[in-house]
Amino acid sequence: MSLIQLTAAQLRDGLAAGQFSARELTQCCLDQIRREDREIGAFLQVASEQAMIQATAADGRRAAGRLLSPLDGVPVALKDVLCTAGQRTTCSSRMLADFIPPYDATVVGKLRDAGLVVIGKTNLDEFAMGGSTENAALGTTRNPWDLERVPGGSSGGSAAAVAARMVPLALGTDTGGSIRQPAAFCGIVGLKPTYGRVSRFGLVAFASSLDQIGPMARTAEDAALLLESVAGPDPRDATCAPIPVPAYARLVREEAGPRTLGVVREQFGAGLDAEVGAAVERVVDSFQARGVRIRDVSLPHSRYGIATYYIIAPCEASSNLARYDGVHYGYRTDEDAMLRELADERRSAAAPQDVDSPLVRMYRRTRAEGFGPEVKRRIMLGTYALSAGYYDAYYLQALKVRRLIYNDFAAAFEEVDMLIGPTTPSPAFRAGEKLADPLSMYLGDLYTVTANLAGIPGMSFPCGFTRSGLPIGVQLLAPAFQEARLLCAAHQYQQQTDWHVQMPERP
Amino acid sequence: MSRATYITVIGLEVHVQLKTRTKLFCRCSTEFGAPPNTQTCPVCIGMPGSLPVMNRLAFELSLKTALALHCEIPPLTKWDRKNYYYPDLPKGYQISQYDLPLSRDGYLDIRDPKGRFEPRRVRIIRAHLEEDAGKSMHDEVAGKADSRIDLNRTGTPLLEIVTQPDLRSAEEAKAYLTELKLLLSYIGVSDCNMQEGSLRVDANINLHLETPQGLVATPIVEIKNMNSFRAVERALGYEAERQYQEWQDTHRTLGEVPKQTRGWDEQTQQTRAQRHKEESSDYRYFPEPDLVPVCVSPQAIAALSASLEELPAAVRSRLETTYALDPYDADVLINQGRSLVDYFEQTAALSGDAKRASNWIQQDVLRTLNERGLGIETFAVPPSGLAALIGAVNRGELDMSRAKSVFQHMVETGATLENALQALGIRQVSADALVALCRELLAENPKIVEDVRSGKLQALGALIGQARKRNPNADPGRVRTICTELIEQSP
Repeated sequence: MSLIQLTAAQLRDGLAAGQFSARELTQCCLDQIRREDREIGAFLQVASEQAMIQATAADGRRAAGRLLSPLDGVPVALKDVLCTAGQRTTCSSRMLADFIPPYDATVVGKLRDAGLVVIGKTNLDEFAMGGSTENAALGTTRNPWDLERVPGGSSGGSAAAVAARMVPLALGTDTGGSIRQPAAFCGIVGLKPTYGRVSRFGLVAFASSLDQIGPMARTAEDAALLLESVAGPDPRDATCAPIPVPAYARLVREEAGPRTLGVVREQFGAGLDAEVGAAVERVVDSFQARGVRIRDVSLPHSRYGIATYYIIAPCEASSNLARYDGVHYGYRTDEDAMLRELADERRSAAAPQDVDSPLVRMYRRTRAEGFGPEVKRRIMLGTYALSAGYYDAYYLQALKVRRLIYNDFAAAFEEVDMLIGPTTPSPAFRAGEKLADPLSMYLGDLYTVTANLAGIPGMSFPCGFTRSGLPIGVQLLAPAFQEARLLCAAHQYQQQTDWHVQMPERP
Repeated sequence: MSRATYITVIGLEVHVQLKTRTKLFCRCSTEFGAPPNTQTCPVCIGMPGSLPVMNRLAFELSLKTALALHCEIPPLTKWDRKNYYYPDLPKGYQISQYDLPLSRDGYLDIRDPKGRFEPRRVRIIRAHLEEDAGKSMHDEVAGKADSRIDLNRTGTPLLEIVTQPDLRSAEEAKAYLTELKLLLSYIGVSDCNMQEGSLRVDANINLHLETPQGLVATPIVEIKNMNSFRAVERALGYEAERQYQEWQDTHRTLGEVPKQTRGWDEQTQQTRAQRHKEESSDYRYFPEPDLVPVCVSPQAIAALSASLEELPAAVRSRLETTYALDPYDADVLINQGRSLVDYFEQTAALSGDAKRASNWIQQDVLRTLNERGLGIETFAVPPSGLAALIGAVNRGELDMSRAKSVFQHMVETGATLENALQALGIRQVSADALVALCRELLAENPKIVEDVRSGKLQALGALIGQARKRNPNADPGRVRTICTELIEQSP
């Protein structure tokens, strides 16, 4: 069997047993990328040379018996919102197309310290805003299971790369479902940790109170390995919890599964694709068959999740993205063209003071040219909602609903260990299908946004295929800092099913 | 046309740079004067993905100041973002505090030692912490409008202290600033150096006029660009008169025109309307999601209160009651800073003569410090030395002019009083020796004796001069007394 078929846990063991080297492994990944990625477009950059240098160093450490971690030499891909020192970090935006940060994100530093080989940076919706990886200025990504379809988003590149066996592990980020939804669309495992579980330092912010970095992999065990590598307190992130990291990789195998599962009835109503619904019901049945008590629970305020999310996230985004103004770094409009434009306008203007100052015109042109339509849409939404006179009606109201959504979860977790439901209302949709209809795109986050609003961990893992062969994902939600429960339940499920072993058939 | 009577209503917003080694949300140095853009990091220049982490010391210094201003400290305070675009604000927002500032509802008492205004309690609305922006330098050389930006200052902790509109004149405004600066330096939270921008003042001012139609208020104007306390005083004085004139011309009252911002022009000594901002200021405040709220426990407040240095107002009242100094003298000492007050108190205690101690310090000590550019900490004469000198004068062992020479010697050599006296050859002259000397002089100067007898007492001066020539240690006062007595006793 080719190395690309192996899970990260198997690769770890194979490396340890000397069955292959990190160089061979890295080369296999690079070869697979070369074979597959022309059509899929998962990567924005592949760091072949640097990856081989890192792999060589990993082999050297292994030979010298100085391993940095069990995953030393295992390749990983990074969503291109994670800063990498000396390596372009673009957020798939014209605005940062040439931006090279002088620092690593905390998670990237942790991966380097653990000896993982960074293969490259994966595509995403611009600044992680979107659910299809089509709102990307620097290339689009397709679903490995059906190239006519989207991989989901915004971590579509990471999901597609893992699904197409280009890399065993990838990091994504999830603000409203951006790890879980592409994981579901691409038939892999994606975990959004508790807010504060993983440092956000070096993650280019979209919505600071919702963003989390999480693992994407083919198995729950691999997700546990990667989460364990990147989680933990960080003095550079004040919102990162000072809570020690459990040994997820061990717990995933050892911990007992759930005793009670709550089925969120609101998530099985109108709008849910029948095949998806049926697949998720079968997962519920299989847990029940293994003695897990199943209870119906209600999250009455979750119906306001989308509305709440699309106030809070754009508000924070409008502020977070203000720094891209052309002054200090990143894209700046062509100054000569701008000055010519101003001079022309001044000549024809009734009153010269009606014409922008060069500074204001520089801002306007830079941001008009540097951002794509979805990013602009959200900046405008957020700017509007935060404006004087609207704050109370929108932002403040959204904060209150956010609290109610949290309370719903708190009440539910009094009754059950975890909640179960579909990750997405439908399987992967066709490329271009929803581009003209942002609202229907937003509704794709229906089942995922509430976990971000409540700050709790959520995980999607594969649970079947549609008749047309598209992967279906099921979502588990757990109380804050109970990632081990999610990983453990999914691991047990994967011990008895082989959905996660299926591989996209490619001609 | 007769002038309407009016009162001037002023509120001040003071930004104080706190004395921390590092910035508010990163570890960059706050030192002034480094080459541009050398004290920056990804956090303070707002690079993508960077996050702020609060500087605890800055927060504590803020609390301390708030306590010194008698403010209430709420148990929870949070950070907010103030959004606006400007090139010296690299994140596009300033991290500040909006609706839950770290303190509110305090006061600072002011008064004028010269009595030009009645003592006044200036209420403080709030004191909150925020980060500073960078510095823009607009180079407007003809034809090439280049702007340069220095981000060294970006992220420096600023405490914004906002008063109620309680001040009623430019003098009161200046007195408030002076007292505030004094307080900040007494509790050691700021250097308050206006040249280095560590203390900046904006003022809001309008007039309340008495008119036949009743009391009317002129539109409120915010004044910026005042670079010294004197500039504040002048700008407010100018602006009050300008508003009066404008009201005479337009009769426009508060609410009829949008709030105006005017800049003080030091060259012309005028306030000038500043160009309207591109958009009216909607800062779109919202809670800063990258920072967590800060809880302040009653224990923390108690500990800080206990560690708080004595405030200038308390020192002032002690100098006036315990040492019976008049307000003016007390003020001179207090304004020199806490170390000088300590020096005074020790000298006063050791000499038992607060009034003389105060005089010596205000005249000779301060003059010497000024001349030599010294601080009291490095002054060569310790309080015990000055106290000994004062004692010697009070006991009549030294006359004033000799005492000054002795002081000078002590300043220059660091000698004790005894050593200085010895070095200068100053000894007590015995009473007998002094009487003998006087007899001698009277015998030699019958003309003077005659003059004195006929009432020309000033003739004694010549005798005193001669006495000091023969014996420099002869005390002029005693020579005068002895000679007078001898002349009266002689037939």
